[in-house]
Amino acid sequence: MSLDAEQVKKIAHLARIEINDADIPGYASTLSNILDLVDQMSAVNTDDVEPMAHPMDASQRLRADVVTETNQRDRFQSVAPKTEDGLYLVPQVIE
Amino acid sequence: MYHNKTLAELSAMLQAGEVSSVELTQYFLDRIKAKDSEINSFISVTEEQALAQAKAADERIAAGNAGALTGVPFAQKDIFCTEGVRSSCGSKMLDNFISPYDATVVSKFNTAGAVMLGKTNMDEFAMGSSNETSFYGAVKNPWDLKKVPGGSSGGSAAAVAARLAPAATGTDTGGSIRQPASLCNLTGLKPTYGRVSRYGMIAFASSLDQAGPMARTAQDCALLMNVMAGFDEKDSTSIEKEVPDYTAELNQPIKGLKIGLPKEFFGDGLDPEVAKPIQEAIALYKEMGAEIVDISLPNSALSVPVYYVVAPAECSSNLSRMDGVRFGHRCEEPKDLEDLYKRSRGEGFGEEVKRRILIGTYALSAGYYDAYYIKAQKLRRLISDDFKKAFEQVDVILGPTSPNVAFNMGEKSQDPVSMYLSDIYTIAVNLAGLPGMSVPAGFAHDMPVGLQLIGNYFEESRLLNVAHAYQQQTDWHDLCPPGFE
Repeated sequence: MSLDAEQVKKIAHLARIEINDADIPGYASTLSNILDLVDQMSAVNTDDVEPMAHPMDASQRLRADVVTETNQRDRFQSVAPKTEDGLYLVPQVIE
Repeated sequence: MYHNKTLAELSAMLQAGEVSSVELTQYFLDRIKAKDSEINSFISVTEEQALAQAKAADERIAAGNAGALTGVPFAQKDIFCTEGVRSSCGSKMLDNFISPYDATVVSKFNTAGAVMLGKTNMDEFAMGSSNETSFYGAVKNPWDLKKVPGGSSGGSAAAVAARLAPAATGTDTGGSIRQPASLCNLTGLKPTYGRVSRYGMIAFASSLDQAGPMARTAQDCALLMNVMAGFDEKDSTSIEKEVPDYTAELNQPIKGLKIGLPKEFFGDGLDPEVAKPIQEAIALYKEMGAEIVDISLPNSALSVPVYYVVAPAECSSNLSRMDGVRFGHRCEEPKDLEDLYKRSRGEGFGEEVKRRILIGTYALSAGYYDAYYIKAQKLRRLISDDFKKAFEQVDVILGPTSPNVAFNMGEKSQDPVSMYLSDIYTIAVNLAGLPGMSVPAGFAHDMPVGLQLIGNYFEESRLLNVAHAYQQQTDWHDLCPPGFE
């Protein structure tokens, strides 16, 4: 399995990561090597095997739907790059 | 001097009033100042907080309500969020991140009265086996400064090996506690998945990540586990199970213990020089009355390919929270929202992290999900079932931790796949969720060799017992790297 430059660009877009054009061939080559390694998986038949998501097959624990956290907005926003009036600021999305 | 004492010895000295926590803390802080420039094992040294914690610990000891770790200095891997302290995870992305809260592991050490000396260096977001991917520069192996300490908990390993801290925390997603412990001559334990809380431990692959102790001896690891382990309702995969006193069974006799040797761990990929000390350890266990049983883990060769689907898939999802909006690195002058995301992430993440996010994104993308992620999860069950069958026959499984000793810096950093294969004996344990240890077992090519012990679910006490019994008969774990005596 090998990836070409266009595929790498598409994946980088899906992952929302900017990659310089000059670095694309390097990524294409190392990612293809990793997919070659991963392709060893196809050697084993797994038709009747149940996928395993948790080592002890535990399911997610649920809790009562009640408020457990206090409002700490100012504290959490103190580490934000840009805020105003308690809101996170990003470039304008809607004209 | 103090740096040559184990955690247990320092604890006893503190309780007996032979040294104060402030003296001990200042001693290690001075040693870090004098020596860390040689190995780059710390990202942040928290001198002021450490001395304040030490002072409080001395008061607790004087008041007679101290625990085993009260006043004992240690180092925290920089993957744990610590309130008011930079929590970088080895990444430029979080270089400016001062955590607004404590990880559960951090709270537990605080409650115990332990003194955090600082935050240790690590591979960026714990992705690496050599500690070369850190934004803060590579860590060097105290046994040979040209060689890597292993990773991702390489800063913790190097700091303890160089005697800059008596112990440290680590995290292990595919071998990140055991492999650096092996390469730096330390004792390290990766507990059963769910035994130690993941809350506030910056997530890499959530179904595999597990925190554990790194120290000189199994006894010290037991003391640390007594603080670290336990149910936490803030971690949705934390296991509700009583925590034993991990020191209680250290001295149990191991006569009659059944030790399994998986033939797959002694095959072609293993350096014959590394195999020698492992064989000597097996002979010693036999002398001590253990029964050696040949076993097989037939699907273990698939663990590396399976891991490089499961771990990147989960990391691509976990790291999507680093978007330049709520915390962490943000690019200058974004022209629109997409530009903000793409450039913040492109600038903030290093090459290996990007590579893994891309692989994970691809594996989870439309049309590929079944072929990669579901297939990997099915194989994960087969790998796990191999261990289940093995533990019907044996009590513990033994083998090498790593196929080779520490390699040269730069040797594998251009070839990710060869780097990944250095974790071939450790990854299957994470996929199965089992506890595993690495124990110093001798030297090959003048570098440390680690013995891996794998236990059944929640059998950390047994592993610590088996390691402790070995350490009563050997002194490999006492050896200190030249230049750091």
